[in-house]
Amino acid sequence: MIERRRGLTILSHAILLTGVAIVAFPLYLTLIASTQSAEQIAQSTPMSLWPGGHALETYRTALFGGATSAGTKIPGAASMMWVSLVSALIIAIGKIAISMLSAFALVYFRFPFRNVVFWMIFVTLMLPVEVRIGPTYEVVAGLGMLNSYAGLTVPLIASATATFLFRQFFLTVPDELVEAARVDGAGPMRFFKDILLPLSTTSIAALFVIQFIYGWNQYLWPLLMTTNEEMYPVVMGIKRLIGGESFTEWNVVMATAILAMLPPALVVMLMQKWFVKGLVDVEK
Amino acid sequence: MEKRVRFVSAWLPWVLIAPQMAVVLVFFFWPAGQALYQSVLSEGIFGGDTLFVGAENFERLFADESYLESFKTTAVFSLLVAFFGMGLSLLLAVMANRVVRGAGIYKTLLIWPYAVAPVVAGVLWLFMFAAPMGIVSFVLRALGIDWNHLLNSNHAMTLIVVAAVWKQLSYNFLFFLAGLQSIPKSLIEAAAIDGASPWHRFWTIVFPLLSPTTFFLLVINVVYAFFDTFGIVDATTHGGPGKDTAILVYKVYVDGFKAMDMGGSAAQSVVLMVIVVTLTVIQFHYVEKKVQY
Amino acid sequence: MASITLNNVVKRYGSGKTANQVIHGVNAKIDDGEFVVVVGPSGCGKSTLLRMVAGLEEITGGEIMIGDRVVNDLEPSERDIAMVFQNYALYPHMNVFDNMAYGLKIAKVPMAEIEARVAKAAKILELGEFMKRKPRELSGGQRQRVAMGRAIVRQPQVFLFDEPLSNLDAKLRAHTRLEIQKLHRELGITSLFVTHDQVEAMTLAQRMIVMNGGVMEQFGTPDEVYSHPATTFVASFIGSPPMNLLSNAPDSEPGTVVGIRPEHLDITPGGWALRVDALEMLGFERLIYGRWQHGDGDEMVIVRSDEAQPVPELDSIIHVTPRADRLHTFDAATGKRLSANA
Repeated sequence: MIERRRGLTILSHAILLTGVAIVAFPLYLTLIASTQSAEQIAQSTPMSLWPGGHALETYRTALFGGATSAGTKIPGAASMMWVSLVSALIIAIGKIAISMLSAFALVYFRFPFRNVVFWMIFVTLMLPVEVRIGPTYEVVAGLGMLNSYAGLTVPLIASATATFLFRQFFLTVPDELVEAARVDGAGPMRFFKDILLPLSTTSIAALFVIQFIYGWNQYLWPLLMTTNEEMYPVVMGIKRLIGGESFTEWNVVMATAILAMLPPALVVMLMQKWFVKGLVDVEK
Repeated sequence: MEKRVRFVSAWLPWVLIAPQMAVVLVFFFWPAGQALYQSVLSEGIFGGDTLFVGAENFERLFADESYLESFKTTAVFSLLVAFFGMGLSLLLAVMANRVVRGAGIYKTLLIWPYAVAPVVAGVLWLFMFAAPMGIVSFVLRALGIDWNHLLNSNHAMTLIVVAAVWKQLSYNFLFFLAGLQSIPKSLIEAAAIDGASPWHRFWTIVFPLLSPTTFFLLVINVVYAFFDTFGIVDATTHGGPGKDTAILVYKVYVDGFKAMDMGGSAAQSVVLMVIVVTLTVIQFHYVEKKVQY
Repeated sequence: MASITLNNVVKRYGSGKTANQVIHGVNAKIDDGEFVVVVGPSGCGKSTLLRMVAGLEEITGGEIMIGDRVVNDLEPSERDIAMVFQNYALYPHMNVFDNMAYGLKIAKVPMAEIEARVAKAAKILELGEFMKRKPRELSGGQRQRVAMGRAIVRQPQVFLFDEPLSNLDAKLRAHTRLEIQKLHRELGITSLFVTHDQVEAMTLAQRMIVMNGGVMEQFGTPDEVYSHPATTFVASFIGSPPMNLLSNAPDSEPGTVVGIRPEHLDITPGGWALRVDALEMLGFERLIYGRWQHGDGDEMVIVRSDEAQPVPELDSIIHVTPRADRLHTFDAATGKRLSANA
């Protein structure tokens, strides 16, 4: 910064640390709760801020399911996490693949109705699935895609975000590179494979992070789409654990929450650099 | 922006856009058309006796107290979320932009809630506000506030606002930080040489230059509060007490899938579409202006 | 190797009323093995012309031939050309070897031959030690050489250069100019070189095409272009400082413009009287900016003088005499050269 003001610097750190603490506190409580027993939590006012000794059994129950001491039957999170993982991967990879191809067509070809196509895709930017849940549900139901991975994922692939990121990136690729490739005798698909794809790795990585999280965190759509427990993603599973009439096993809920947060949080933290770049690029 | 050189092929571009167009047409235009179509129909519970009712669904909608109430709730909710979410994250971003040491670590520690699903954020905060074991509700009771979000609408609203702000903090923070970092250092240095204090510099130089980011985030936060917070509401208040936290998306869901009023739900969808399109057009218009500037 | 023939080449963007014609019927024949430079101010259509030869721009009208083949409808890769781009257009994710070899790989040249050809080009361009480096790890001059190498390995009939030196600093530019000349002597490949820099054009060209506003103003050797500019545009574009073009010179016929280069004005008693406006001392030479009064107003006249002459005072009056055999006469209306004087 411009001048050295010790007081200001200390204040900045203090504010940042407070911010970090506020952001992290719910996570800490979640972790703590997942190590205590359900009774411990339910009977304390407030709950203890120190770890309990029930971590192993809580996580075992959360992961693989079974009956708890209170008699609640817990569905295992492991299979739900698998559903989440598969859907998130299909959404992320599917989006990247189809939008990269369409962005390539939009940027590198001239064809009739190109502007119409462009606007048709652009309009989808505006309407998140939440806005059109009812009719989309009916379409998916009509196609017999309820309770299937296709139903969970394909309707969510219909978003323009990724197309626009790739379009923006392709527009920054120098024209002379295409020309050089043409002089070198490369056709469109060869150019795509040999030049464009390797140059897009950063964008691909960034989009992967964003779309993986988007896919993993879907809630409303699976809520409508799935009636079969085997097709429940994990974030839906958590909600079901607290939704029942029976006694809420908070320790299991919290352990499941940790399990549900872990994969996307890891992806964000490990791929932070790409993720931040991609996020800021997508929206600008 | 256009490319100077293009490949020439009569069929290849169509093959390339086919997958995206297929998905867009089947899962976007068809449902959106259906929504428009259904919004002017009335369907009996047993089906079959579908009637064209014109604008009746919309008239019914805007004559419905609870719908207007939901509109108001959504407006209040999104303004609160945008105001607190952006205020806090701007403060943090300014501080993170100031400090040299540890800036990267702060960033990492602040961005992870982006990865948390709204519904999980709702569960986390519900747990902290729950009685008797919730830490926050305990502290509040100790301060003499009889916390009960199941009965007190203000408490319920506070709960979903807090959860929504917490979840969105990281997103706002990243954009404000990127915005701050793109402000040329020389401007700030010039202001410092002119004798402006850090406080003064912020409000006269930094904040005005940040206005495109702020405006962008305002739109994004409102859209977020409108749509992405469904999970938070569903996990915490279920729209209650009464219907005091039933935001529009929640109401679409309840009316369409719980009450099975598809015509009314479709009309609500259409209203929501109009809102989003308006917001996007405003934003697009503004972004275009910004480009010229 | 091959000649390049341009027959009434026209380029138009758009059609109907909004059509924008940028090349107005260029005719030229570039001989086999010749080094021709196309020079002109920015926007004169010189790059468009080159890109039409390369096949990167469609030809609206006329015909382009490389050797005996009309290439109008051929893809760039089928025209047997190689091109060096202004920004080099190296593939950023490939190393130097792969950049040079890419076109050959696509053409399915056997690997052993690719390696031999790349090695040979690398030797000529002294790139041997950089083969495994990525473009971003190279200096500007090295990148430029890789771009040249990529062109050489293809062993084309024609080299096309699109302002390849404009991104180099002045010293490196002069050096690279010499290298390109040497390369052309060794390989003898027909070359078309586009630049906006008249020094580059004068030093590199065997013949040069001067373009302005999509029209070829003159096609000739550097000496012809300098000594016998075909139009007032060429007269003022080539040479620095530019030729004095006087519309009110003494003894000139009405409707003509008289041209005289600054170095062809001798300071002697008598002759034209000039008031000294400004002086530029450039070491061995001096430029005197004089103003010359005539009936309706005044005109600026630049005089190039040297150390042998005394330095005139500002605002003083000097007298200059043009060398009669170096006077050029142009038609004032068309700008075309009238005189055939020496």
